[in-house]
Amino acid sequence: MIVELGAFALILAFALSAAQAGLSFAGRRGRNASLRGAGEGAALVAFAAIAFAFASLMTAFVTSDFSVLNVANNSHSEKPLLYKVAAVWGSHEGSMLLWDLALTGFGAAIVLAGGGLPTNLRSVTVGVQGLLGVLFIGYTAFASNPFVRVPNPPVEGASLNPILQDPFLAIHPPFLYSGYVGFSVVFSLCVAVLIEGRVDAAFARWVRPWALAAWSLLTIGITLGSFWAYYELGWGGWWFWDPVENASFMPWLAGAALLHSAIVTEKRGALTGWTVFLGLAAFSFSMLGAFLVRSGILTSVHAFAVDPKRGSILLGILAVAAGGGLGLFAWRAPDLKPGGLFAPVSREGALVLNNLFLATAALMVMVGTLYPLIYQAITGQPLSVGAPFYNLAFGLLMAVILLVMPVATLLSWKRADAKGAVQRLWAAALTVVGAVALAFLLQNPKTGFAILGVALGVWLIAGALSELAHRIRLGATTLSDSVTRLTHLPRSALGMTLAHIGVGVFVLGACVELNGRVEVAKVLATGETVGIGAYHLTLSGVSTVEGPNFTAERARVDVNGPSGPGVLFPERRFYPANRQTVSQVAIDVHGASDLYVVFGERREGAKPTWLIRAYWNPFARLIFLGPLIMALGGALSLSDRRLRLVAGRKAVAAAQTKAAT
Amino acid sequence: MTRKARAIIGALCALWLTAGAAGDPADQLPNPAQEGRARHLFQEIRCLVCQNESIDDSEAQLADDLRRIVREQIRSGRTDAEVRSFLVARYGKFVLLKPPFDTGTALLWLGPFGVLAAAAVIVWRRRPSGKLADEPPLTPEEQEKLEHLRSS
Repeated sequence: MIVELGAFALILAFALSAAQAGLSFAGRRGRNASLRGAGEGAALVAFAAIAFAFASLMTAFVTSDFSVLNVANNSHSEKPLLYKVAAVWGSHEGSMLLWDLALTGFGAAIVLAGGGLPTNLRSVTVGVQGLLGVLFIGYTAFASNPFVRVPNPPVEGASLNPILQDPFLAIHPPFLYSGYVGFSVVFSLCVAVLIEGRVDAAFARWVRPWALAAWSLLTIGITLGSFWAYYELGWGGWWFWDPVENASFMPWLAGAALLHSAIVTEKRGALTGWTVFLGLAAFSFSMLGAFLVRSGILTSVHAFAVDPKRGSILLGILAVAAGGGLGLFAWRAPDLKPGGLFAPVSREGALVLNNLFLATAALMVMVGTLYPLIYQAITGQPLSVGAPFYNLAFGLLMAVILLVMPVATLLSWKRADAKGAVQRLWAAALTVVGAVALAFLLQNPKTGFAILGVALGVWLIAGALSELAHRIRLGATTLSDSVTRLTHLPRSALGMTLAHIGVGVFVLGACVELNGRVEVAKVLATGETVGIGAYHLTLSGVSTVEGPNFTAERARVDVNGPSGPGVLFPERRFYPANRQTVSQVAIDVHGASDLYVVFGERREGAKPTWLIRAYWNPFARLIFLGPLIMALGGALSLSDRRLRLVAGRKAVAAAQTKAAT
Repeated sequence: MTRKARAIIGALCALWLTAGAAGDPADQLPNPAQEGRARHLFQEIRCLVCQNESIDDSEAQLADDLRRIVREQIRSGRTDAEVRSFLVARYGKFVLLKPPFDTGTALLWLGPFGVLAAAAVIVWRRRPSGKLADEPPLTPEEQEKLEHLRSS
């Protein structure tokens, strides 16, 4: 019964989204406050309806109602509760419902938090968000409905792929989808300002909090997925340049470019058209990603069950939404006024450079992802574009822009003194020299790229701190004055510093881990030892363990090293429901570095032996810590903007009072 | 034999999802420099039957065969380029994860950099030509407004 109610709520949400669009546009056209209000009300109720539908699907999963096809295909009665819940978004149909939940959730958020927006703009934004709802909820309800019943329910479900039964993967999609879909608000706002002809500095201020929220959530979502791959897939890889990873990386890069261009638009009224374009591009990339993942057009380790019919519908949605937005932009862009003047060497100039590189990076990922398709269509031959391509081309592109980042943050608006900015970085440069010398002394084995990575990472971190020190006049004034200045800094400034430190931490971790990784593999009987770096691993026993829905062979590995003895329990788990074996890695964390142990297959012989593989992954933790610091920087910046939104609302209220008198 | 033990043996026959078989000590070349070159090449070669994995990561039988071929060729003294062209002759360009630069892939390699260069030229040529004069001084009304704001 609850399932039928859920299906009904889904259809209801579709109708409400249509009403949300229709009423909002009619309200804008007729300047009718009741119609506008009704449109906003529809947005709120649409969210409630989707939330209800989502809850009913979750109920079906938790109670293992196998008469629902989606539950029968993706769940199992013996699965732990967390994974029953996570299985709701583990399938194509369920994840579309999660997408709809985020879409209507952000629609409701515009209504609740968008008080600072001018009335007309707000109505059009809510209306456009409603149109997006019609497209995506319509797709879910009519082409990918998760509430379909089966006439003859199976006794037991087919269960979820065991490698997906993991707590990090359980929370990865909600963050990822909130990020993807968060850009829908940015998209709707951009379409609304183009329609209303209000592309100006104020627009950048309205768009920035939404872009910050979406980008920070997407950052966390991508990082969770990457961390999961790192410890679950069993060879320590954390980014594979897989088409689906690229699909999430494209909106991330466009969003990062948008955050930077919006600053120029807000502060100087320049780059207005470009900022709107990026706002449209970010969500278009999100939709492109949804299409790539679900159409099966690209071979990927992540692809959902392939269905060409659904793929073509999603392509249609992408064409209508992205094509509509970008077409409107092409039509309106010539009317946009150029903004404030600035010299090439200035904060604006530096942010333009940032945008050139970030936009090129997004383009490169898109070209690399789609190239095999186009190549095959033209030549008939398949082509691979994989990690070695990106490591070279993308690495080159990023190295250039990251090198100038610390200088860029020190340039002043309009016209800057480049020499002065470079001179202010003397302390950062000295730190780099020291760090490189230290890395050269301590690193074993020595690799040039790892040391270059240390140099770049430390340059970014020290550069970000130098900018902060300059801002609070550390050393140029008394210490207490500097502390006072620090506490009075706007949170957006601190957010920027933090996010830039996060980039440095990531670069440091990624370069050192990729180039300094040590690996051993040895077949051991119990009692035998293998050495890796400064550590000795002894396989001291193997036992059989019964899990909730798996049986595991568990090794006891004793670790001896500089930081004293320790013990690790890597496993091989067999899931009878899927007839799959999955390795459960054991990780011994040493500061920022990981000792990563994988328990391999059993080899029969006079005495049974097992393949033990171990990796020393130096600075691996920084790879995941860096992006979390970036997201934290985004959140800090966002907390500043909230005050601004209130200020904006007060200003609007004041203007209205004034107009009334 | 217990049920659990049988289950584990069954597991050994089931699909492997763990990877990283390239490091299996039984297959490694005795010369560490050659083994290093082999491992480096493995990362550039696609496991043709897998979704999107290099033969360094994959445990598929085909990846195992490809690793054996690469190691064998390196042992017999072939250069990296020779190994690559041997594999391309056999399996097509699809086998390389880093596509070789030729007329068909020029757009892939140079396209984004070309767009960057073109965009940089456009931005430079369309930079505002107006002189960056200092802001005009405040009008008396503006001055008065400022004083008012300051005092409030």
